[in-house]
Amino acid sequence: MALTTLEFEFKADAPKSIAKEWSHLGVTGSGDLEVLMERKDLGGKTKAKVVTPVVGFDAIWEKMINKFVVENNVGDVSIEINDDNATPIVVYMRLRQALAEANAKEGEQA
Amino acid sequence: MEFKGVKREWNTLKKDADARLKDAAPYVKEGKIVDAKDTVALLEAVIKPGDKVNIEGNNQKQADFLAKCLCQVDVKKIHDLHMVQSVLTLPEHLDVFEKGIAKKLDMSFSGPQAKRIAEFLQEGKLELGAIHTYLELYGRYFVDLTPRVALVVATKADRNGNLYTGFSTEDTPVIVEATKFRQGIVIAQVNEIVDELPRVDIPGDWVDFVIESPKPFYIEPLFTRDPALITDAQVLKGMMAIKGIYAEYGVKSLNHGIGFDTAAIELLLPTYGEELGLKGKICTNFILNPHPTLIPAIESGWVESIHSFGGELGMEDYVAARSDIFFVGPDGSMRSNRAFSQTAGHYAIDMFIGGTLQIDPYGNSSTATATRVAGFGGAPNMGCDAKGRRHSSDAWLKVGDEYGMKEEMYGNVRRGKRLVVQLAETFREKLAPGFVEELDAFALAKNAKLPIEPVMIYGDDLTHIITEEGIAYLHKCRSMEERTAAIRGIAGFTEVGMKADPKMTKHLRETGVIKTATDLGIDINRANRSMLAAKNVHDLVEWSGGLYNPPAKFRNW
Repeated sequence: MALTTLEFEFKADAPKSIAKEWSHLGVTGSGDLEVLMERKDLGGKTKAKVVTPVVGFDAIWEKMINKFVVENNVGDVSIEINDDNATPIVVYMRLRQALAEANAKEGEQA
Repeated sequence: MEFKGVKREWNTLKKDADARLKDAAPYVKEGKIVDAKDTVALLEAVIKPGDKVNIEGNNQKQADFLAKCLCQVDVKKIHDLHMVQSVLTLPEHLDVFEKGIAKKLDMSFSGPQAKRIAEFLQEGKLELGAIHTYLELYGRYFVDLTPRVALVVATKADRNGNLYTGFSTEDTPVIVEATKFRQGIVIAQVNEIVDELPRVDIPGDWVDFVIESPKPFYIEPLFTRDPALITDAQVLKGMMAIKGIYAEYGVKSLNHGIGFDTAAIELLLPTYGEELGLKGKICTNFILNPHPTLIPAIESGWVESIHSFGGELGMEDYVAARSDIFFVGPDGSMRSNRAFSQTAGHYAIDMFIGGTLQIDPYGNSSTATATRVAGFGGAPNMGCDAKGRRHSSDAWLKVGDEYGMKEEMYGNVRRGKRLVVQLAETFREKLAPGFVEELDAFALAKNAKLPIEPVMIYGDDLTHIITEEGIAYLHKCRSMEERTAAIRGIAGFTEVGMKADPKMTKHLRETGVIKTATDLGIDINRANRSMLAAKNVHDLVEWSGGLYNPPAKFRNW
């Protein structure tokens, strides 16, 4: 399976980093994906790296993640996504779940 | 006054049928019994070129032996038949056109044969009358599509032709009644000829011949969904549907279709639904097949009644043991008369909810693709506002009261409205868009030379769309412009969604025409499979107290 790597950068209006140093959610299984979030000093920006077998949807990945970053005011975070053909509903859900997990207190389930 | 009637014979149909029956007499062994080996000869005796012929083919049980035999008749003797049947599932249903035995087709649904129908249309091997809903086609059986010969299927028969259709009654009563009472001929294949039937579903004097088929009729467990295959995303959509629609409108009577989305909802009732305090307030009366995934809700006391279009393999004993809920005969087995179930689905329920492949900016939705003539079965019959409805319910009145165009359309009369809901995703598997500027139905209409685009649910009947972006409450819109804006607002990054005006979408959110999962107060972190009341088929068997007996392909333990 040939994989494409996409890299993006986003900036929210009032960026706020995550509580945990790093966090991980999801599994790269058929129709699903894993999300890694790492706290990083990026001058308020969010960087995203997507590894996906899907071809021709680069613009949609960018729009989806941008929407997530802007709506949730995410900043100073490096996001890594390892995708296996997830549809937007799954991406949408996993990103939000990953953010909640990354902001959950230690030992607490998001 | 002088009465001048036409001079003609008034019983030619009867005379013709009698002549055909006489030709068939040599093949009758005893009573109405014909040997399986004489079936082709029997068909050649009773069918004439150009006849309207029905092969009972539902979405579940199939008159498969009779379909095979019809393919073997001599095309010099029998040709140009006009097939009138609800479902084309078996290869034989199309082989009769390939061989020239049949010429014209009127139908409802074609599933696996959809591609071949399109090809045959192109090649001129088949003329298509129309693609109907089930109830619409049954209606035409009594108007201009009455079968001359019906090839039906039953579980058991006696030597006098009485039939037991039992759990899988489906289309048999409506086909036989239309055929026999217009002097047609009825042939039934049965699994078994017995001395005494559990009950009589079709009286023997409406049936001309019974044939014990070499093998039991083919039946598909079409409505069995393995909970193990339900995804977290389906749980999320289910939670949105329950909170944003079922609870919002207090939907008590409804239909669920075949998909995993509604299976997820069924399995969320005893968990999420219970938590929201909805028991007794929603989902009390269903029109649906006996879905195994509904067992946990039934066992938890959610459901008061279920009427079924057909049976479902493995659910026989469970249904028989729950006669307070299902429609069970004096013999102890369910009867599933599809015509009545479809009537109930059209007039007597408050909500239809189902899935689709494509929705356009007007809200028209269709599962049609450019190269498949598939039809929609019962969906358009239930997925519409029944304009003849005159009884009210809270859910129906609430939608009617919220209808944004009621003054323009109704004047000052208070009217209700059926909830017609489509569960969609902006992009499905293989990233096929769920929203398109023009439905593939247009290309199909062109390719197959259809006079109208095969649209499953018309936009003016659609009240709600659920996607991961949110719920659009389309009936609240006051114009087509607003409706289109609402659809674009939940269409994500599809070509339809890209044209959304963010200001307009924001306005629609403020006025409650669009609600996101957050607006609905849904905690997205809880959208996972642990919310399901059963995680796999084995759990369903446990819930049923061992009464559900799943087919082998669903037994993986």
